[in-house]
Parts: sequence; C-alpha cells; structure tokens
Amino acid sequence: MKRFVMVAASAAVLLGAGQAGAAGVDKKAVLTTYADIAHAKYEDSLIAAKQLKVAIDALVAAPSAETLATAKAAWIAARVPYQQSEAFRFGNSAVDEWEGKVNAWPLDEGLIDYVNADTYGTESGENPLYTANIIAHPKLKVGGKNVNASKIDKKLLAKMHEAGGVEANVTTGYHAIEFMLWGQDTNGTGPGAGNRPASDFDTKSCTGGNCDRRAAYLVTATDLLVDDLKTMVDGWGAKGKIRAKLLKGKPDSGIATIVTGLGSLSYGELAGERMKLGLMLHDPEEEHDCFSDNTHNSHFYDAKGIQNIYLGKYTRTDGTEVKGPALADLVAAKDTALDGDMKAKLDATMTAMGVLVKTAEGGEAYDQMIGAGNSAGNAKVQAAIDALVAQTRSLEKAVAVLALGEVKFEGSDSLDNPSAIGK
Amino acid sequence: MRVMIVSLLAGLSMAGTALANGLAPLEPGEDMPGGTATHAKVINRDAFSHFSANMSFAKEMDFKVGNGFFRRLWVTAPSSTKAADGLGPLFNARACQNCHLKDGRGHVPADGEEGVSMFLRLSIPPQTEDQKSAIAQGRANIVPEPTYGGQLQNFAIAGHAAEGRMTIRYQEIPVALSGGEKASLRQPSYAISDLGYGPLHPQTLISPRVAPPMIGLGLLEAIAEESLIARADPEDKDGDGISGRAKMIWGQEEGKLMLGRFGWKGGNPTVKQQSADAFNGDIGLSNPLFPANSGDCTGAQKACLDAPHGGDDQYAGFEVPANVLDLVSFYSRNLAVPKRRDASDAQVLRGKQVFNQTGCASCHTPSHKTAQRADMPEQSDQLIWPYTDLLLHDLGDGLADNRPEGMASGSEWKTPPLWGIGLTQVVNGHTQLLHDGRARNTLEAILWHGGEAQTARDKVVSMPKADRAALIRFVNSL
Repeated sequence: MKRFVMVAASAAVLLGAGQAGAAGVDKKAVLTTYADIAHAKYEDSLIAAKQLKVAIDALVAAPSAETLATAKAAWIAARVPYQQSEAFRFGNSAVDEWEGKVNAWPLDEGLIDYVNADTYGTESGENPLYTANIIAHPKLKVGGKNVNASKIDKKLLAKMHEAGGVEANVTTGYHAIEFMLWGQDTNGTGPGAGNRPASDFDTKSCTGGNCDRRAAYLVTATDLLVDDLKTMVDGWGAKGKIRAKLLKGKPDSGIATIVTGLGSLSYGELAGERMKLGLMLHDPEEEHDCFSDNTHNSHFYDAKGIQNIYLGKYTRTDGTEVKGPALADLVAAKDTALDGDMKAKLDATMTAMGVLVKTAEGGEAYDQMIGAGNSAGNAKVQAAIDALVAQTRSLEKAVAVLALGEVKFEGSDSLDNPSAIGK
Repeated sequence: MRVMIVSLLAGLSMAGTALANGLAPLEPGEDMPGGTATHAKVINRDAFSHFSANMSFAKEMDFKVGNGFFRRLWVTAPSSTKAADGLGPLFNARACQNCHLKDGRGHVPADGEEGVSMFLRLSIPPQTEDQKSAIAQGRANIVPEPTYGGQLQNFAIAGHAAEGRMTIRYQEIPVALSGGEKASLRQPSYAISDLGYGPLHPQTLISPRVAPPMIGLGLLEAIAEESLIARADPEDKDGDGISGRAKMIWGQEEGKLMLGRFGWKGGNPTVKQQSADAFNGDIGLSNPLFPANSGDCTGAQKACLDAPHGGDDQYAGFEVPANVLDLVSFYSRNLAVPKRRDASDAQVLRGKQVFNQTGCASCHTPSHKTAQRADMPEQSDQLIWPYTDLLLHDLGDGLADNRPEGMASGSEWKTPPLWGIGLTQVVNGHTQLLHDGRARNTLEAILWHGGEAQTARDKVVSMPKADRAALIRFVNSL
C-alpha cells in the first residue's frame, strides 16, 4: 500500500514537469509521428509536383514568357516540401535507394540539351556523354552500344540516368527539370540565373532546335517525378512498406534511424558537401539549385525539415499541422536542459539560414555569396555551416542520453556470435 | 536460415566430416571482410560508395567534402575558380571519379570510344648507372619515356595536342577444360596511334592499366609492414613454387623505403602518395608530393611546360593544396568494403575449400589483422579478408607487360585484393578483370594465371566441373 502511494506521487511530479509522463515517452508513438510527417511531406511534394505538371503542360501548349514564369514559380514551390523531406534519407534504406533519381546533383547538363561551349567547355571527352545532347540526337552511343533515342519516354530517361557509370549523367529528377526550365547559368559568380527563352519549347517558332523533343523531355521528366513521389507517398502511407518496416522493428532502432537522418543531413551532406565544398572552391557550379539560383531556399528548407522532425510538428503546404510525440520529448524526458540546448541550436541554424535567404532575396544570390573575395558573403555561409555543426554536436549528446549507440550498425552473425560457428 | 546452416556445419565439423564432404567452415568474421568498417547497406550500384561503418559521425563532413573533390571536374587555368583550375595541360581524365567510376573498376574502351578508365604507362629501360641504381634502391619506379613521360595522356586542354591514342587488338585463344567445358581467352596487343609529339623512343616499354576499385584501401594500408614482409619468400626456401617478393619503394613523406601496396605493380606505398601521383599523372595537377604544375609534361613538350597553371599563392603554389590532398586521401581510405551476401551458402563454402586446396590462397592470403594506427582509428585493429598478400609474384609470359617497375620485373604483378570482385557487374555493369581488363569474367582471369600460379591454374582446368563452378561461385561471393 505504501509502495503504491510512492509510485503515484512520483508520477504526479513528473507529469507536472512536462508532457513526457512518468512512464516516459512511447517510442512507438514517436515513430508514428515521424512516419505521419514523412507521409505528409511526400504528399505535399506530390501535390506540388502535380501542380508543376499542370504548369509545364500549359507552357508546352502555349510557350510564352508568362507560362514559363508560371512553370518556374511552380518548380520553386515544389522544392519547399521536398527539401523538408530530405531528412528522411540516410537511414531509411528505401528512401536512400530511391533518392538518386529524384534529386541527383550535380549534373552535366550537356547530356540533356545544348550548352554554351564557352562556359561549359567541350573538353570532357573522358565523359563520352558530356555533350551527348539527348534532345538533339535520336541516336546515341553509350559504351559503344547504340541507344535508340528517337522516342523520348520514361524508359529512355531512366536508361540514360548515370549512363556509363558517370554520376554526373543525370537525366531525371528536380535538377533535370530545373535545367530544362532555366537553362544553363552562364554568369559565373556574377549576378543572374539561367535564361532559357520560352521559344525553346515553341514548335512553331523554335529556338535552340528540336523544340518538340525538348518539350517531350520536360513533360516526361515531370511525369517521372510524379511517379517517383507517388512511390514514397505509398511507402509511408497507413499500409506502406517503409512505415511498416520502421514500426515493426525494435523501437530503439527506429529512433536511431531518425537521429541518423537528422545528423547526416545536417553535418556531412548539407554543411559538408553542399556548403563547405563550394565555399572552399568559391565555385558557382557548387550550388545545389544552380540553374534557378534557388539554393538559399534549398538549404533553408533542408534545415527546416531537420527542425520540424526533431520537434514533431510540420506545417503542411495548406496550413494544417501534423504533430505528435517526437524526438524532442524523448530527449526532454531524459535531460530537459539538453532538449533546450538542442532547440536553441536548431533555432540558431534557422536564423543563420534566414540570413542567406534574406541576402539572396536582396539580390545577392548564393553563388555570389560563395564567390572568391566576397568576405561578407563567405562569412554568412560559414555562419550557417558553423550553426549546422553546432546542432550536430548537440544531437550527438542526445544520442548519448538516449543510449542508442549499440544499434548503430547492422551486425554480423559470425562477428557477433563467433561461438555459434564451427571452426 | 543462416544460423541453421552454421550450426549444421558446426556439428559436421565436430564429427570430423566437414573436410570429407569438402565444405570449408565459415570462419568468424569472414562475412565482414572489412571488419567493423564493413558496410551492410543495400547492394546496388552505389555499393562501393559508402563510408566505413565504424567511422565517427564527426568525420562524415571530411568524407563528403573529400567525395566532392573526388568527383570534381577540374578546369583549365586560368579560370575564375582558382581552387579547381590547373587541369593538364595533358590529362587522362578531368576528375578522379571519371576513371574510378562509381568508386569501382575501370573498363576497356568500347569500339570507337576514347579510353578513360584505362590508359598506357610508358617508360624506357634505365640508360645510365645512376638510373639503374635509383631503381635498384627503390628510389624510382621507372625512367620516363623522354618525350611522352610516364604515361600516355590521350587528352589535352584547348590549344595543346593530346599525346596519342591507345589501340587494342584481340586474338582469341581457345582453352579446353575438363568435363567438356570450353573457354576462350582474348590475347590483347597494344599500339599507339596519332602520336602528338613525334616518334617514341625506340626502346619504349608500355603497360596497360585499368583503374582498380577504391574499396578497403585504408585497411590494406593499415596492415603492419613487418607482417606482410614476413610472408615473402623471394628464394622459395619452402619449395612450394611460390616466391612472393616485397616491392619496396620510397615513401616521399616518410623519407624511407616502404612496401609498395598500391598500383598494379605496387608503385606507391601509401594511399596519400598514390592519390598524389594520380592527381599529377592522370589529371595534371601539382600537389605537395608531386609539385610539377604541368603534370607529366616533359622537357621535350615545351609549350606544355609553359602553359598557364593553377598553382595559386593562396594555396601555397599548388593546384591541389595539402588540405585537399588530405581530404581526398581520407575519402579514399574510408570507402567501405561491402558485407558478403552468401558466405554461408553450401556451394560457396565448397568453393572456399577448393580455393584453399588448389593453392589460390598461397598468394591471395585470405585474412590479415590490421595494426593499431592512432591516425587511422577506422582501420585499426581489424580482422580483414582482402585475399591478397600485397607481394609481387611472377605470373608468367601470358600476363607479362615486359615493363619493369621499380623492383617489379616485367612479368611480376602485385597480388590484387579480391574483396568486392563479385560486385563488379552490379557496380560497374561489366565483369572485366586483371590489370588491363582482358579477362571477361572470373574464369578467364583464373586461366590467365601462369608462372608461380601455373600449377594452381592447371588444377582449375582439370578439376571436376562442379568444383570449378563452386570455386567461381566462391570468388564471386567475395
């Protein structure tokens, strides 16, 4: 009897301290929120891609400066939910396997269409497809074998993706569509994005040649994007396989998947490959959304996606909210101060990313910010990198308090349990 | 399922019958060839591109940035991108990744295709006593061809002539195998056409080279030199017909003779020196270890020497400064070996038994323990399964390039690791093997072995068909 009272009392104290509850936060519930947010982000991405398709159909039907501008705006809008979904990579193997055809970058755009030889160069004979120009060539040669490219369809684009084993041979996904809409950015670290005229899609007064094939390419690539996003929406849906795999596994292993995604995107991918490298090189080509000059948003929404997964609260494109128990609650239940620190670091990152967005909107694009000699611009980008690194450090502390270390690697029968094996 | 097979084997082994039915036991750790650095991710075309599974989170940024430089396309100097200019003037590729496709294995150029992931090394025999002694002492690998240098660059920046083109002709040689099976080997002959800088030296030696896969390089670097050299038997004192010589070459940073572990003939002792050499020879980029801004240009190629370069003061005058070389070296050390898929399969274990009993394991040493390396925690203290002794062996006339390299003779090759070999198709879309891709599959690669490996090769020809199939299955399971 006495014991019962004690338990009840301590439960009351803990409940008073926060939402976590005496028994701790249900890890399954955290995983469910995570899957719900994934589903919502991919569904928002799908909806936005379908709107992009509508705009692209209109552009192809009646090419004009207006229809092209509408299509570009639809592409920029489509990036908002998708970039927030990137934190589902690096851990969910189905997402990792799928991602390459949707968001591959950087790309040798000469594989797809005409490019300006002065700025793009023709000397990469060692990527035999560097200037293959699918749009201009109904017959292609890949690795000595003829490829019939007379019909531009989904099959052809899928086949040519990473052709010859060269990763820069990107034919599908957001960045291929981006290149189709904007064209090559020939401005270096000077102002200006790509500047493709709408007449490039005009079969009646065609510029750039092969407008029918160019239009077909754009439409096909967008159709493929819609198909691919549908796969993810299904995978994370109520009966989806990716959700099921996550929820059926050990809860700690699922939580480790969440943390791996947040940390890997923050640190190696975003701070490292997409930002630090470009800053070291001061190279306009090292810009994630280089044709559209939308890189500031691309980085901002990556960071936003990390933050809203940690908090378990995602505001959908239509303004509705998806929320539930989250990693933040798990961390707070173990160490309230650490959760506070993590939230502050995530906020600091958003502030630093906000500076990049504001600078870009003020007329100085991301590729100018990383330019050599632009010390003020370089410092802004470095500040965002530093903030991402700092939030990763706090996340590592969170991993430590959640005691997830042992589930980081997939094991080996023979190493884990050598005694089971006859020698 | 795996556990069941494993315990069945354990039972058989206790009863003393495992060898009788010819299955080798599954040994602890052999399905994790890179130790705890092994990755267990999905097997697809990215299977060679993952980082060491035991790498700390803090190093992911270095790995990713290193990868960025690895795939980076270098451009002609001068350009607005000072940090990535200085290509050539002569080059074989504009990016590391363009030869090491998907971090994997290069291939023979298809008909009408310019060679990229394969090129020709060039040299002449030593002409002076100084040259002879430098090579004998391991201070130099070769004497470069006087006009064309140490390799044939088949590309050049605008305004400069490429050095020439490699041409290959093949002749099929039929091989009869036991059980009525047949194989055919394609014997290559190499020539150079479209020479851009006049005739070659009359004594020019050429050696074709395919870019090798990048996985597990740091682990190979971490094996203690003493333990590898201890396996050498240059005079074949044990009389098993296998000699095994240590290829010693000068470590530029270390300032001493070291075991040559990288390159088809062990041309370089460390991942860093190998990377620096490739930056300079293949892409034409200066770096702290190979400081020539004009890469492999020779004194006879004056315009090439005088061309603008990308060595900038802010990068200590190098086109690839020390920090970039370190990042690329770190990346190259940490490309993980994939976990084996079916190590406990009965046919695979039968093949393993055949592999060991046939003598393959005499040179393709299955496992090593890596040393403790404070500077390489991911590679330290691991039980690894690379299937190499990293020593030189004479493989006979058929495979000989007749171009000595340092202490390696014209018929010696360094045993290449076999890990990941069965994933060549998945990652690179082909199954071409050996230093010049002449073997079109694993069987052909085995049949090309001669010299010290002649006895083992002959056993493969005459062994029962099912054993041969099991052997190939085993090698492809690695």
